[in-house]
Amino acid sequence: MIRLDQVTKIYPDGTQAVKKVSLEVGEGELCVLLGPSGCGKTTTMKVINRIVPITSGKIYIDGADITKIDEDELRRNIGYAIQEIGLFPHMTVGQNIQVVPALKGWPKDKRNGRAEELLELVGMNSAEFMNKYPSELSGGQRQRVGVARALGADPPILLMDEPFGAIDPITRVRLQDEFLKIEQEIRKTIIFVTHDIYEAIKMGDKIALMNEGRLVQYDTPSNLLFKPKNEFVEQFVGADRALKGLQLIRVKELMTGTPPLAKADERVVTVQARMEREGVDCLAVVDNEGKFLGWVDRANVEKGETVRDIINRSVATATANAVLSEALSLMLSSGFKTLAIVDEINKLEGVLSFDAIQLALSEVAQRRGSE
Amino acid sequence: MRRQVVLITILAILMGLTVWITSLDKIGIYDVFSWSDLLSDARAHLKMVLIAELIATSIAVPLAILVTRPGLKRLATPVIFGANVGQTLPSLAVIAIMAPLLGFGLQSAIVALVIYGLLPILRNSYAGINNIEPAIIEAGRGMGMTNGQIARKIELPLALPVIMAGIRISTVITVGTAELAVLVGGKGLGRITFTGVLARQPLLILQGAAPTAAMAIILGFILERIEKWMTPRGLQLKAGVS
Repeated sequence: MIRLDQVTKIYPDGTQAVKKVSLEVGEGELCVLLGPSGCGKTTTMKVINRIVPITSGKIYIDGADITKIDEDELRRNIGYAIQEIGLFPHMTVGQNIQVVPALKGWPKDKRNGRAEELLELVGMNSAEFMNKYPSELSGGQRQRVGVARALGADPPILLMDEPFGAIDPITRVRLQDEFLKIEQEIRKTIIFVTHDIYEAIKMGDKIALMNEGRLVQYDTPSNLLFKPKNEFVEQFVGADRALKGLQLIRVKELMTGTPPLAKADERVVTVQARMEREGVDCLAVVDNEGKFLGWVDRANVEKGETVRDIINRSVATATANAVLSEALSLMLSSGFKTLAIVDEINKLEGVLSFDAIQLALSEVAQRRGSE
Repeated sequence: MRRQVVLITILAILMGLTVWITSLDKIGIYDVFSWSDLLSDARAHLKMVLIAELIATSIAVPLAILVTRPGLKRLATPVIFGANVGQTLPSLAVIAIMAPLLGFGLQSAIVALVIYGLLPILRNSYAGINNIEPAIIEAGRGMGMTNGQIARKIELPLALPVIMAGIRISTVITVGTAELAVLVGGKGLGRITFTGVLARQPLLILQGAAPTAAMAIILGFILERIEKWMTPRGLQLKAGVS
């Protein structure tokens, strides 16, 4: 856990980059520092590994004051991926990834194994890329290596300064998606700096919106969008936030995490009663391991004895990190008003109903109507 | 490739000239220098250059590292300025002033050559270290490298090709400047050249000047090879692409 307490940074030339920022990032959370350029977001990130020394305030990692920890030791336990990537051009990809493990004195075998593992994690063939030099890689590949290097010694915390900044939009979206997947696996506490609200809402569990060195609002993406604290937030989010909401809110924020379920071998009458009790028109069918099989629909209850007979298997699913616009599009094309949300191995994580989307969006409409 | 052909041609001409002149019996009323004179002067010349370069390098490179340290950056301007001033003084003046200061002899010649040879190395080393992308250094710091580790593992390897180029340029210049060493009691091929000047015999001048030029070309070539060899592979590839 990272806690900033009244952190202020004044540069020697008098610039007040960060003004009394207090912020808490929970373990395993991805916190996005967002704001226009010059708002102090990068400085706020860099005070955490003491690349930038603070003027006043306190910073704690897991309760320990970071000024009490040896600077280099602190940094070796915080992964660092920066905007211009900063790969060492005279070292191979493998050597780059092994920098921190080497500094920590890991034996060579372990380092090598770790580098291979990380390359695979970021979607690069380790045999092909281990001995290549950064100059032989494309921009996207360099970014991947940058992320792999930040994860080098398996630090519990990652600092990322626009890690997907300097690449084309298509590669960028792909890297974001991949990183979200990796993030699920590695479960790190991450501070992620960006100026792009789309990226912020896509990546962040929480967003810290900053302006002129101050923390304006620290909230979940949907609250930032639909419950803006003041005019600045509203302006930064943009006037079309109802539509943006579709693109910016992730499925996991609106989905029902523990929906009523059905098993394939259950009798239809039992399931029908359950639907009535829960007040829904359909139930997600899962197997014993919780994997999603299909839907059982109230309209079809006459057609068979057990759930297996009437299950509708030909429906699309989405992941919890999908954005609402994707989910909505899947609903519209499948003609189903409910969408199953699954993980990579098709395990059901929740369901998302059309009503939930509508409700979320109407909240915005109401807010705007009352203004 | 074309450059190499040109260099080898020039080198052949210079060597040919030297061999031809040395094989003459007399030029006018003057005896030409014998092969053994020529060789011992060349050896003395080379020795002087190498000693001067060794000293210049071991002063300039650490100095460049020193003035690129975060806390000492403000020293960079005066140091580079000082070296620049050293370079703008005419080489003849630098050498000449050493005699009254340090007496006639090899030491004066070498000190003068060091002062004169310092700047290209210092300037290149400084530029080589200073021009490393700040993001690379910051990445190193952010990953928990100590200042020493950043210097050894990042700055020096990346600056090495540029530093080596400075040493090469300095060496080539010093081979020429070392001709003047004879004026303050040093040795070297200048002895032959200046005899020719005093005797007003162009061929005799050439007997000293041609092997000097050849030496500069050969040393330049060898150092260029070393420079290439020392360039980290990751940087060579970059150069290949652009």
